[in-house]
Amino acid sequence: MEPINVIEGDVSFLDRSDVDTDQIIPKQFLKRVERTGYGEFLFYDWFRDGEIELEPNPILVSGRNFGSGSSREHAVWALHQFGFQAVVAPSFSDIFYSNSTKNGFLPVVLPEEDCRALAAAGAGKIDLENQTVSWEGGEARFEIDPETKRRLLGGLDDIALTLQSEDAIEAFEAGPGGSYGPVTTAL
Amino acid sequence: MPKTMFEKIWEAHEVKENLLYIDLHLVHEVTSPQAFEGLRMSGRKLRRPDKTVATADHNVPTDGTPAAALIKDALSRKQVETLEKNAADFGVPVYSLGSETQGIVHVIGPELGLTQPGMTIVCGDSHTSTHGAFGALAFGIGTSEVEHVMATQTLVQSKPKTMRINYKGRLGEGVTSKDLILATIGKLGTSGMTGYVVEYAGEAIEALTMEQRMTICNMTIEGGGKAGMIAPDETTFEYMRGKRGVPEDFDAAVERWKQLPTDEGATFDTEVEIDASEISPMVTWGTTPGMVVQVTDKVPDPAQMDSPADREAAERALQYMGLEAGTPMEEIRPERVFIGSCTNSRISDLREAAAAIKGRKVADSVRAMVVPGSALVKAQAEEEGLDKIFEEAGFEWRGAGCSMCLGMNPDILSEGERCASTSNRNFEGRQGKGGRTHLVSPTMATAAAIEGHFVDIRNWS
Repeated sequence: MEPINVIEGDVSFLDRSDVDTDQIIPKQFLKRVERTGYGEFLFYDWFRDGEIELEPNPILVSGRNFGSGSSREHAVWALHQFGFQAVVAPSFSDIFYSNSTKNGFLPVVLPEEDCRALAAAGAGKIDLENQTVSWEGGEARFEIDPETKRRLLGGLDDIALTLQSEDAIEAFEAGPGGSYGPVTTAL
Repeated sequence: MPKTMFEKIWEAHEVKENLLYIDLHLVHEVTSPQAFEGLRMSGRKLRRPDKTVATADHNVPTDGTPAAALIKDALSRKQVETLEKNAADFGVPVYSLGSETQGIVHVIGPELGLTQPGMTIVCGDSHTSTHGAFGALAFGIGTSEVEHVMATQTLVQSKPKTMRINYKGRLGEGVTSKDLILATIGKLGTSGMTGYVVEYAGEAIEALTMEQRMTICNMTIEGGGKAGMIAPDETTFEYMRGKRGVPEDFDAAVERWKQLPTDEGATFDTEVEIDASEISPMVTWGTTPGMVVQVTDKVPDPAQMDSPADREAAERALQYMGLEAGTPMEEIRPERVFIGSCTNSRISDLREAAAAIKGRKVADSVRAMVVPGSALVKAQAEEEGLDKIFEEAGFEWRGAGCSMCLGMNPDILSEGERCASTSNRNFEGRQGKGGRTHLVSPTMATAAAIEGHFVDIRNWS
């Protein structure tokens, strides 16, 4: 994962709530077994039907409950590979938010009035280190889990980090917790 | 100090702060290939194949195709074959197309006895919340986290908030657990549970069967919840007894599981009260599961809505759905009916749907299909003769899989087609581009298939 800190530039505005991952990347593109090449299929039906137009600017602003529905990480890959680097919305689905942070794609939660002000300004700057979003005539602070922030700033590999706790995992597995649940290979 | 069921399970699985041990990892063909590839590229092993199981469900045709190599769609075939190869390479048991235990991942976990109280269960699929019906902590993850679990058998997690929804009273005659969860999402909204693990409790929940409870936990994600949970009880234990994967000393396990329910006096971040006796059969009218009304209601008027965002969303939804505000829901005429999905494709769902037919025929204007959740459900239904009841009534009887819930296989709606569906999502294009989905219970779907329009199942003889 690439480290991120400051994301600055023009804003694309998708003024809709409940933008679900079925819209972001329709199912027919989930049959691919690769991790790349999804950008051209972003919002496939909405783009193709002329329902919406979005420039691949650094910042996407949208409505509440962004990324709801299916857990498909393809939605994050598609947004990122299309050209967005961050998405700002009043709320996100939990899985989409988590998927974003695993890909160096920054989800930012701001109140709806701030989202609208940022969209109206047309350009802005997100500073992850200082947890601020600024635009002409305004600035807002956003919250992010400190550990998630550290990993995004450092572009850290989650798995490599967890494997540093190998001893703790082994100790857990040696205890009663290690044998809880079924043995799938024994069925 | 009194604890919630969630807290007990969380604490029992903390390897260290914010690192949670995973007891069972369910894998399917769509969200796993990039994760297996990630392991290969970094030279990592899959840590615990014995806590992992894979099945092919999202992509598989339901026309009786007996093996992956015979799937006609080249991309689907490649994805299912990739799953088989990955499972073989990493030592993971796999129930692929043609296996007697193949099926929707959230149907086979419980039916094989792999889903047990007190466990942590994850899958690269948002409907993993289904397994919480057994008093497990179960939630959906993305592909990066799938790879993380494969490599470490753990997940990095910060502790979610807790919510309890108390349902007082009992569901009325003809009102199902599908109606209960649709009504709950209608009340709380599609993000009303975001950030929360939700425990469903109260008299109405205790009275439900396991399969009814699964329907509720399944749709927790449609309300934004991270996980849904229901305390294990005698209903749970009786359902599990004798299933393949359960502990050898079952009675001793039951004694341990009895310690799991939330302690008296434990506190939740949020508590909600809902009167179950007031819930009616529900039908969605829009393009999120929160856009839902009673079958006796009319299509809502966007002009009556308070917030501009709701108004705009409703207007767009009505346009997409081809509906006029004020139309009675019972006048809406679906052309397709789909009984299936991880929400409502278990044996009891099929029994209820078949029992509602009573010798009648599917309306000429309707094409209806039944897709069992698993090969075992299909076999059981055929043993009971349910397939004959459906086929004689004019329903298509299909093979097991996710099918038209998301239309990754050939079972899809055409542009503009309207469908009464027992699945979980009525998003735009979900069941096929331009397709119009109304979410309902299995009996409501059956009645719509026969009458050609929605009916109030309580007054339908």
